[in-house]
Amino acid sequence: MKKSIYRLYTFLVYFFLYAPIIVLIVYSFNESSSRGKWGGFSLKWYAELFDNPTIMTSLKNTLLIALLSAVIATIIGTLAAIGIHKLKPFTKNFVMDITYLPVLNPDIVTGISLMLLFVFLSIPLGFVSLLLSHITFNIPYVILNVMPKLKQLNPNTYEAALDLGASPIYAYSKVILPEIAPGILTGFLFALTLSIDDFVVSFFTTGPGVSTLSITIYSMTRKGIKPEINALSALMFITVLILLFIVNYRSENSKKENIDEQNI
Amino acid sequence: MADLQLKNIYKIYDGNVTAVSDFNLDIEDKEFIILVGPSGCGKSTTLRMIAGLEEISKGELYIGGQLMNDIEPKDRDIAMVFQNYALYPHMTVYDNMAFGLKLRKVPKDIIKEKVQEAARILDIEHLLDRKPAALSGGQRQRVALGRAIVREPKVFLMDEPLSNLDAKLRVQMRTEINKLHKKLNTTFLYVTHDQTEALTMGTRIVVMKDGVIQQVDSPQVLYSKPCNVFVAGFIGSPQMNFSDAKIDKRADGTYIVLAGGGEVKLTEAKAQQLEASGFTGTDVIMGIRPENIHDEDVFLANSPDSILDANVIVTEPMGAETYLFLKIGETQFNARVNPRTTAKPGDNIKIAFDVSKIHLFDKETEKTIIN
Repeated sequence: MKKSIYRLYTFLVYFFLYAPIIVLIVYSFNESSSRGKWGGFSLKWYAELFDNPTIMTSLKNTLLIALLSAVIATIIGTLAAIGIHKLKPFTKNFVMDITYLPVLNPDIVTGISLMLLFVFLSIPLGFVSLLLSHITFNIPYVILNVMPKLKQLNPNTYEAALDLGASPIYAYSKVILPEIAPGILTGFLFALTLSIDDFVVSFFTTGPGVSTLSITIYSMTRKGIKPEINALSALMFITVLILLFIVNYRSENSKKENIDEQNI
Repeated sequence: MADLQLKNIYKIYDGNVTAVSDFNLDIEDKEFIILVGPSGCGKSTTLRMIAGLEEISKGELYIGGQLMNDIEPKDRDIAMVFQNYALYPHMTVYDNMAFGLKLRKVPKDIIKEKVQEAARILDIEHLLDRKPAALSGGQRQRVALGRAIVREPKVFLMDEPLSNLDAKLRVQMRTEINKLHKKLNTTFLYVTHDQTEALTMGTRIVVMKDGVIQQVDSPQVLYSKPCNVFVAGFIGSPQMNFSDAKIDKRADGTYIVLAGGGEVKLTEAKAQQLEASGFTGTDVIMGIRPENIHDEDVFLANSPDSILDANVIVTEPMGAETYLFLKIGETQFNARVNPRTTAKPGDNIKIAFDVSKIHLFDKETEKTIIN
């Protein structure tokens, strides 16, 4: 009895969370273009979606921005994490606090402040400014994912490499990097997900002619919601969901590994 | 293979914390030197300075006659073995061991030969394909040793390599490392806080305290002729017994009067030694090792001048010997006697000091007066 109540409760919670998305996905297969009526199963909105040049351009922009910003943020973030790790405890805590700040900052504040900065520096709003802002909000996530891996590291492995005749750069690439690689990859996937996901910051920092999927959807809805948008949203949701699954699966796995690898 | 010279070496952190001060040591080629001391005595710091992992604040370090202060660790031709093994978890045992050679672009077949050879010496040939996570503590330590052997360094540096192993394995690995030293014929520098390890392994032992060398000697000399109270107490297990005492020169000879009660007469030889030492005060610390306190009748009969009354508090039979925890006057003493002893807790017994083995230390400076 108790168990079934628990189950019902859990079901209701998740139903509440996912019902809107399920409705959206179901309606993306709706033959009829009216929102209230079910006109039969169809893939026509998906077909139209891929025929729509505006959407395709935004998709290309989104993916390009996501990949570029994730790669660059991963490189900068990893180097930053290694640097921060070597700081003295007090400075380290301080730097980690300012690393957390952008994560907690409301997107709209980040977006507006970045826009103001670009205007102030006379950087034209467009692809470059968009890319820069995505890199900016991605870096903290990479640092936060790499940091724990560095903390777990046995400090003597690096020193042992030096004594065995490795130069510091060689020791980093052959000893430290393979050890923190899982954290770097998780950080990269996080950055990718967040970048695809972002609307607010992109909205404020992009310029005419350059728009990401979320911005395109937003501007399309202003002219009334077309079922095409349902299809697009469904695809975006699924992409982000898959990325999240990968991220979670990875961190779950690395937890198991860590138990094995303590004390080596 | 090389000799080492450490000249007036200091390690000073942030300008005020001195971890090592005025460290002077000449290490000959092929010696097995042990740095021993309680934790925080600067022994690991000294080793890390030799390895180049810590900067030398002041002083000069020579390896093979060459000044090493500003040489990168990779060019010092040393290999360090760490307490926590520091193996690379993502590499197999083979790759771990080959690391130093691959790095120097040694041809593959030579690497293979050397790794196999080291694995054979350490008896880990069957583990070469495994990852460190799949090994036991002892096996990991062997791999760490193997990685150092393969590098063929001039000097081996070992930082408490056995501390993470269980007691039985530690004894076994102690012997292995001893054998390894004989086989490799290279200079070994070994850091430990365990005085038993120090005594059983080293050709020379450096006892350190608070960053300062206390005494450098062979195990036997260190044990029988410690230079101060610290070394006397640190080397040897169970510990040497100490008691505050006064020197009392009487007509019939020189007596040591224990602060807690009881007195013993010094032998003629010891009394002469005391005269010759130039010590003129009376306040001393007397030290005597547990094995030099006897309860056998024969010994008591032969040493009428050093018989004392003792109360047995606890007995600890160890098999080959029995430890007696005694109270002589107000002072606690620990004696190591023949297991055939009849002493039981609560007994009042007679014991005798082997006065020829007594140590006297200046109470003020804690330096040895006579050994």
